[in-house]
Amino acid sequence: MTAPVPVVTIRGLDFAYNGSPILRNVNLEIAARDSLCIVGPNGGGKTTLLKLILGLLQPTRGEIRVLGERPEKASLRVGYVPQYAHYDPLFPVTVLDVVLMGRLDRLAIGPYTRQDREAARAALAEMGLADLERRLFAEISGGQRQRTLIARALAASGELLLLDEPTANIDAAAEEHLFEVLKKLNQRLTVMLVTHDVGFASKFFKSIACVNREVVIHPTSELTGELIRNMYGGDIRMIRHDHRCAEGGHCSHGLP
Amino acid sequence: MDFLNALADPAIPFLRYALLTGIVASLAFGIIGTYVVARRITYIAGAISHCVLAGIGAGLYCQKALGIDWFGPLTGAIVTALIAALIIGLVSLHANQREDTVIGALWSIGMATGLLFIAKTPGYVEPMSYLFGNILLISQADLWLVLALDTVVAGTALLFYHQLLAVCFDEEYARLRGIRTDLFYLLLLCLTALTVVLLVRVVGIVMVIALLTLPAAVAGSFARGLWQMMVLATLCSMLFISSGLAVSYSYDLPSGPTIIVVAGLAYLLVLAGKRLLHRRTGQPKGIA
Repeated sequence: MTAPVPVVTIRGLDFAYNGSPILRNVNLEIAARDSLCIVGPNGGGKTTLLKLILGLLQPTRGEIRVLGERPEKASLRVGYVPQYAHYDPLFPVTVLDVVLMGRLDRLAIGPYTRQDREAARAALAEMGLADLERRLFAEISGGQRQRTLIARALAASGELLLLDEPTANIDAAAEEHLFEVLKKLNQRLTVMLVTHDVGFASKFFKSIACVNREVVIHPTSELTGELIRNMYGGDIRMIRHDHRCAEGGHCSHGLP
Repeated sequence: MDFLNALADPAIPFLRYALLTGIVASLAFGIIGTYVVARRITYIAGAISHCVLAGIGAGLYCQKALGIDWFGPLTGAIVTALIAALIIGLVSLHANQREDTVIGALWSIGMATGLLFIAKTPGYVEPMSYLFGNILLISQADLWLVLALDTVVAGTALLFYHQLLAVCFDEEYARLRGIRTDLFYLLLLCLTALTVVLLVRVVGIVMVIALLTLPAAVAGSFARGLWQMMVLATLCSMLFISSGLAVSYSYDLPSGPTIIVVAGLAYLLVLAGKRLLHRRTGQPKGIA
């Protein structure tokens, strides 16, 4: 039996923008159905790493393989979930039309097929948004918009789900809901997520990639104050704000 | 009533042509106006419309000074509008910055070139009707051309509705789904250019932006999605043009400015109405 193809393989990757290095000597391997959280300070290269994997940016040096192919070729098999806050808040588009965009690669001309519509509706139902399909994307809540974008990625039936800062601008309850959704999806998909919220990272992910110029992977259990200090480069003041408390006080795997 | 009688009067066919043109062309105005408002590229439409004067001037000059009969003002307008759209599109796709400078430059260079051509064209040319429009000058032959342009614009926009929607709403994601977003963006700008040529015929260069965006803005206040906004914007545009024509005929006013004032008043009324409703119910309705 041959070993399964890793979902993402990065070897000796450098990326520089206008001559200034953003990422240096990145080596990364993500296995199928892994869940990886990318954390690090702003400007550390988290989003750059994501865009390299999507094929939106080209590495200066080194190699990336996504699902065994070059990123640009693999992008149709990747479900990408951008930050919902990037969208024009007044754009007149319905929830169903947003989700249908996940099927754009199957569309030649004219309207979508019945099959595409069914796939979009199934994805909406899976995200618990079935009765919102005719609502405007602009008028639903932040958490619902986030799940609409995940539904769009699911409608595209990708094998790897990439999320960019999904916890930004949503409230604690919506974040909790998102976490449940991802946990379920992780049973059949590989999940990669960029966040600056380390508390969120520790709750769900099997491994954590700390990105600050260089990329270091840790199992979640190693996430300690020492590690975070290294990652952010220097002493930082930490405030605990766990969303849930166990009966015996704060979660045991929280920060010390 | 006078207006309806006049429409039926065989002695003044130009009024029927004007009304028919307005109603037919409203389809393109509504569809493209919706994309322009949703994608927020009104200023690009403005630049294209002012560039059209260069084409009109060149066409007049070619016909009257050089004797090139086939290159008239309308051909000139179509060619320049498409060139302006492609220049602005390529700049915004590849240069990232200073897009507004290029747009501003094209805007005034287009006008200046047009006025220079007109100044050097033998015989007296009245630039006013190009700047402020005169729908009553439309002939039967023009009506066929308007119909053809309208069919091209509306047909293309509807066939690629979902691609254009995706490129306007989320360009990066559309690209990841394998859509040639650069080509579709240029296509949208070219369709906008052809629509602008139609609009110049109806309300003139200076007021193009108003008739392109006001119906879509009114429609945006009620529409539940882009598709509905297009239908409503088309209906609004038909209503504004026909009632504007009726008012201008009844009170002997120039047609272009009357149509724009009617559209502007309707827009202000809708805004005021929404504010009142909003205050009473506390619930925002629709968008834009």
